[in-house]
Formats: sequence, structure tokens, C-alpha cells
Amino acid sequence: MKHAQRAASPSRPSRRSFLKSSAAFSGGLMVGFVLPSGPAGAAGLVHTPNAWVHIADDNTITLISARAEMGQGVYTSMPMLLAEELNVDLRKVRVAFAPPGKAYGNAMIFGLQLTGGSTSVREGWERQRLAGAQVREMLIAAAAERWKVDAAQLRAEDGQVLGPNGRRASYGELAAEAAKLKAPEKVTLKDPSQFRIVGKRTPRLDTPAKVNGTATFGIDVKLPGMVYASLQQCPVQGGKVRSFDAGKARAMPGVIDVVQIPDGVAVVAQSYWQAAQAREQLSVQWDEGPNAGLNTAAMIAGTRAALASGKPFPIKQQGDPDSVIGRAAKVLRAEYLTQNLSHAPMEPMNYTAHVEADRARLVGPTQWPDALQGAIAKILGLKPETVTVENTFLGGGFGRRIDFDYAIQAALISKAVSKPVKLVWTREDDMQHDFYRPLGVHQLAAAVGADGKPTALTWRVASQSVTGRVFNLPAEAPDALMTEAAVPLYDIPVARHDAVKHDAGLRVGYWRAVSHNMNAFANESFIDELAAAAGKDPVAYRLSLLETQPRLANVLKTLAAKAGWGTPAAAGRHRGVAVFEGYETHIGAVLEISMKDGAPQVHRVTVVADPGRMVNPDTVEAQIQSSVVYGLSAALWGEITVDKGRVQQFNFDTYRVMRHNEVPAIDITLLESREKPGGIGEPATSLMAPALANAVFAATGKRVRRMPIRPETIAQA
Amino acid sequence: MSVNLTINGRAATAQSEPATPLLWVLRDELGLTGTKFGCGAKLCGACTVHLDGEPIRSCSTPLSRAADRSVSTIEGLSKDNSHPLQKAWIAHDVPQCGYCQSGQLMSAAALLAANQNPSDAQIDEAMKGNVCRCGTYVRVRAAIKTAAAEMRRGKA
Repeated sequence: MKHAQRAASPSRPSRRSFLKSSAAFSGGLMVGFVLPSGPAGAAGLVHTPNAWVHIADDNTITLISARAEMGQGVYTSMPMLLAEELNVDLRKVRVAFAPPGKAYGNAMIFGLQLTGGSTSVREGWERQRLAGAQVREMLIAAAAERWKVDAAQLRAEDGQVLGPNGRRASYGELAAEAAKLKAPEKVTLKDPSQFRIVGKRTPRLDTPAKVNGTATFGIDVKLPGMVYASLQQCPVQGGKVRSFDAGKARAMPGVIDVVQIPDGVAVVAQSYWQAAQAREQLSVQWDEGPNAGLNTAAMIAGTRAALASGKPFPIKQQGDPDSVIGRAAKVLRAEYLTQNLSHAPMEPMNYTAHVEADRARLVGPTQWPDALQGAIAKILGLKPETVTVENTFLGGGFGRRIDFDYAIQAALISKAVSKPVKLVWTREDDMQHDFYRPLGVHQLAAAVGADGKPTALTWRVASQSVTGRVFNLPAEAPDALMTEAAVPLYDIPVARHDAVKHDAGLRVGYWRAVSHNMNAFANESFIDELAAAAGKDPVAYRLSLLETQPRLANVLKTLAAKAGWGTPAAAGRHRGVAVFEGYETHIGAVLEISMKDGAPQVHRVTVVADPGRMVNPDTVEAQIQSSVVYGLSAALWGEITVDKGRVQQFNFDTYRVMRHNEVPAIDITLLESREKPGGIGEPATSLMAPALANAVFAATGKRVRRMPIRPETIAQA
Repeated sequence: MSVNLTINGRAATAQSEPATPLLWVLRDELGLTGTKFGCGAKLCGACTVHLDGEPIRSCSTPLSRAADRSVSTIEGLSKDNSHPLQKAWIAHDVPQCGYCQSGQLMSAAALLAANQNPSDAQIDEAMKGNVCRCGTYVRVRAAIKTAAAEMRRGKA
């Protein structure tokens, strides 16, 4: 892929490097979209003790979120961590998105400035508090110097430094002096028992702007002199323009130009609608390329064949499972299939670019601003520092906006017409040109002992490597993002887990919870099959294998109680369970369903999570609600299919997603925990399909081993 | 050629071609970007506005249909978040990514204008055309009930 970034060398930024005062900012807010979340103040001269905290002379405090806000709440949770140690009232600060900058690299993702992998809170948990504490200490040091007193006599509270004899100075008064000081290398963090902000249910700072239409998403960006573009891409991914006739399109009202870029033919017009209408008049002949014959059945067959013949990379091996299985009296085998999926965020892909001879201004939604900057600078032949990137709110991400094909397209179109351009995809463009969740084939085998417990297990997945594409890895390199949750916490003494990379042809991307979704479907279905084969209750059976895993066992026991597992369900209702550890969060779900016309109806979802320490418990709950709905859409209906190289889904009529009238009751219990924070934006997504399949088994006795779990799949099971 | 209409209580004139979907007139010509583009085919509800008080999908409604009629958008609900629905949305912290929320609010506003004590089934019927990929549905429902209760109290 032409825009794939080579992996930066995996270097963890040292504590020292991020504690150093950032040189990225000086005087004046550099961030394009500073969205007032508290009382707006005049900017004044802005001082930047470090990369995270900007304080203006007039005491306007701006906290920087290095992570993109795509619904998961970092616009609030990152500032909460900073404010906890800075000792400021969250209602009195502004929040801004970080521009590309080394200080903002994600230490959990090789220092890349990437929002994903449910890492934001996990990575920011200590770092953001350290950053807040550092600025607090610099403000105190500035006051100590000004007042000629010992810093130990001073304290910082609610945006002021307080000294003896009632002396006080606001952070704004001290900011200029504080910003000149050397950043302290050692700061002391509060004990969690002292937290006043972190761990409390806190209103989201972005909600007010999101209920009156003022929140700025990428699609809302307007630059002076901006024109609009609509892009016709090849219906077969990877196809190229052979020739085109733009005569009719050029004659349409408002059309400024028609330009060819590597991904297709763009119509540029005075308004979006004019561009979209004129695009309909284009006549493009395509070279459909190597994917012209691609179809889903062949993709599945190829993946299954690769599972048998490909060279697997190891995940984990313990003992010799083949020999145990080979001589076992009872062996259970199963194959599971996970489907291609589209992200389908509500905001179709779009981006705004203004490319000039020696610089470029890029404005829009992305999960990965530094890579976007680097890639576009390279393509345009510009130095990265002359390419500014301003992030907006994301109208959903779910992993789609880790890729930035649409931003490159906008930049190339802007360059071609020498104007600021907003490129807006249609919904159909979005669904036809996604980076899809890969399909996967899983084969599992277990030897079963006399007590019904597995004595040995083999586990293999064959799937497509997203990481291989995004980071341009060699074919033989292992992909850790194919093997998430591959090894469950169950006590199985002898086991081998491995994975085969197979390029099925369709381009693939990181889809919410990535391979957790696929691997958990296989694992939590198979354990249910083992329980059934042993004639054991699914919860009791799991618990018997979790004796060394108190955290997950505790989640499961609480879950069973909350879901009424031990009591009979109402007439016609049936339950299924799934539990796992994902993103360091221990979590489980029970689905209660009934069957209607061969299709499962989900009535109630009970979730119990031990996510470790929480920053904003209300956000944790919201993310679980979100994951349940997103996961159920994929478990019940979601499927991207391909025929003759063309994706066969176009819009929300052919790619069904959950709607208001289909939402079950969702009952969430968050367990108090002193463990370090786990990720929460994604894990629950992965439990919906296996819990649903297990509930369908309870209801019908049919074991569905293929997602989505639809009437025809159930009938064939 | 121009089309006269009322937007959020104020007279406006639009110069776009009469066949242009109202959505793009609002967003690109009149600068009212609170109304969002989601599907372009009446499938997701992100573009919901009111035409003479009725909820419509502005992505599939030509400007000409709004001529000499009254259009309300999210910006008209209230700018200061004082509408009972906006207050309830804030109280329940409904939005996540927030992109679909203007449409959700406008569908809910149309529902509550007609029925200040909607049942779950009535909420489903009024809201099922509004997709939210973040899955804020549970909170949307709760917020509608909170707002409805406030509106009933206001009347009493």
C-alpha cells in the first residue's frame, strides 16, 4: 500500500523525554480546533510549561488530549488525569487536540501517536498524572521564587498557588515564570485514596457541543476559498483507472475541474452536491487488477487451505498435545468461521486539505496524525514540519480512521487544483472502500479426560494480517494482533496455539477489538462445546478450569448471580455465557434470548467487568453499552461479502446494524478493583458472538460455528 | 433562481438549485453544519430536521419542497442547551462520538412535540430510523423519558 508507514523503530519514549518541556509550542495556541469546554476566555499570551498544559496570562488553562476523540471519552478522561495532579477545576479548562509531536507518542504502540488498542487510559494513567504534577510543581517553584519563600511552604489548589499569610497567585499569573523553569525530574503523585477527580463519575466535556450542533467534525471543516470533491474509485479494490471521459461531468453546474489521482477520478465543484452529481456523469474504464475475480467463498476456501498447508507462527506451546490427543479416548474437534466486517462509522470518510507549493494544511478526523503527516509530506515532497495536521472530533473511528487513504486523496486533489479541498465520501464509498475486518478460520481439537476436562488442546487460526499491511511487515513476521485472546485463561495443561497468515485478497484493517473478536468467538464457543460434551453446566464447567484465575473467576461468579444463571429463565428464554480477558480487562457477558421465526431475539445482556482502576466510571459503562450494541450488530447480521471483486454491501439497508427497537436491556456491573486500569473501549464487543452462539445452542441444541448467527446459518447447523 | 424559506424562525433565501437536497443547502450554503450527512438514502436519520414541525430526512428532501415553509434544525432547538431534550442529553451524557446526535435529538423533539408521555413502543417507532453506531440507544431512551417528564411538569 502506498501510504503504509514503515514501523518506526520500537522505542519507548523515556520518562525523561516526555517530562522535558516541549518545544512544540510557543506563544499562542497552535491547535486548530480549540473547543471551549468551560467559560471561554481571551487567549492572551500562552505559556507552555510542558506539552500537556497551556496557561494563558488571563488564566485560561488548556489541557491537551494527545488521543483522538471518537466517542470513547478521552476528551474528558485525559484531562481528568492531568487535572487531578494539576489541581484545577475541570469545568474551568479548555481541551484541545494535540498536533503531531513526539511528546504525544503512545508508549504502548511503539511511541506512535495512535489512538487505538484501548490504550489511551492505560498509557495515560501514570503519564498524564506525572505531566499534571510536573506543571503543578513548576507553578509552585515560580511562586516560591517570586515570594522568596521555601517551596515546601506552598501548595497548589483550584488553579492557584497558596502561600503563607494568605498570599496567593493564580496559575495564569505564574505561568510565564513557570514556563521558564527547568522541568522537575521527580514529582510525587497522589495516592489513589486522595483522588478528587479520577474515579468519579464525571460529565463529559464534549457533551454540550454535541447536543447543539457546534461540535466540529471533519465534515464540518471550512477553509477560506474551499471547494468540494467527490471521488470515483474502482469498484474492485486495487483497480486502477485505464481511461475516463469527463466531458459530461465538466459541463455540469459548479464543476471546477476533474482530476485523476492514483485512487480514482475526482470531480471538484463549488459545492459538495454539485461534485457528487457531476461524478455520476463520469465515464471511467477500469483496469480491475488482480482482485477482479475475488469472491467470498474462494476467500474462505483459500484461508482454510492455508490453515492446513501454511507455515504457522507459534503463539504458545506447553507439552506435546498431539500425542495426548492421538491416544485420547475422547476427542472433540471444531472449526469456527469469522466473517469480513465493515466499520461503518456514522461519519463517512472525509478530509480537508490545502496544499501549496511549500506547505500543506491538513484538517480532519484521524486516529493517527503523525503517520498521516509523515505519509502526506513524503507523497507531496514536503518537509513534515511544513505539513500541519489539525484533528477534529471523529464521527466514529472503530479502527477505520487509523487508515488515512481519504486524507491522502484530499491532499492530492488539493494539489491538483491548487485550492483548499474538502473531499467527502458517500456512504456507499465508505462501505465499498473500507479496510475490512479480516475473515478467519479457526480449528480446535481437545482431548477430554474422564472428568470431562480437557487434557490437551491444539488451536490454530488462519487469517489475514492487518499489521502486516499497515506496517509493511515481511510475510514471515508474526503478528501479535492476530493472536489476541488466543490463549484463554482456562487451565489446560498441554496445549499448542499457533497462527497462519494468509492474504485472502480483500484489504483489511483494524476493526474494534481486532482479533479478540475472532479468537474469543472460537474459544468461548469451544469451551461451551466441551461443557456440553461433558454434560456440565457452562458456568460451572468454566469455573472448574479457572481455579488459578481468581479475577476472571470472580467476574464469572458475579455474572452468574447478576444474570440469574442458577434460576430458570422465563418460558421460551435461553441463556448463553462468554468470559475472557482482553486489553487487561476481565469481563463476561450473559445473553438471554428467545427464538422467533428461526432467528435469535436478544432480550437482555448482563455484563460484569473488572476493568481495574477506572478514570471515569460513567464512560466505562458507556463503552460497554457501546460495545454490546456494536458487537451484537456483527454477531446477528454484519457481513461483508465479495463477488467478482466487488463488495456487495452499499449502505445500511444491505449492511444491517442495530437500531433503537432492537436494543436489549443492558445490565452492567463494574467491580471495584485496585488493579491497574484495563482498556474498555473494545473488549465487550468480543463476547457478543460467542455468548449468542451459546444461547442459541441452549435454545435449539444447534451449534452455530459461523458468524453472523442468522436463521439460515442456524438452520444449517 | 432562489428559494425563500424560514429556518429556525428566521427568513432565509437559498440560491442552490431547487433539486439540491435540503441537507447540503443547510450545511454548505447556509453554514448550519449541525445537521449531518450519514447515508444519503433515508436509512440512518443523521440528517433529520423538521419541515413545518414534521421530522424529515433532509438528505432526500429537495430544497424546492421547503420553499415558503418552515425548517427547524438542531441549531434551532436552542443554542444555549436550554431545551429539555438537550438538558436531558447532558444529564444522561448520551453522546459518544456525537455525530448522529443532532438527528437523534430532532427525531426525539418531533416525538415529544406530539406526545409528552411516550411509551417504549412509541419511542421505538419514532426513533428506529436513527442509527447510532456508538450504541447510545439506552441513554437516548432514558433521556427522552427525562425530557418528557420535564415537559409534562412544565405544562402542569
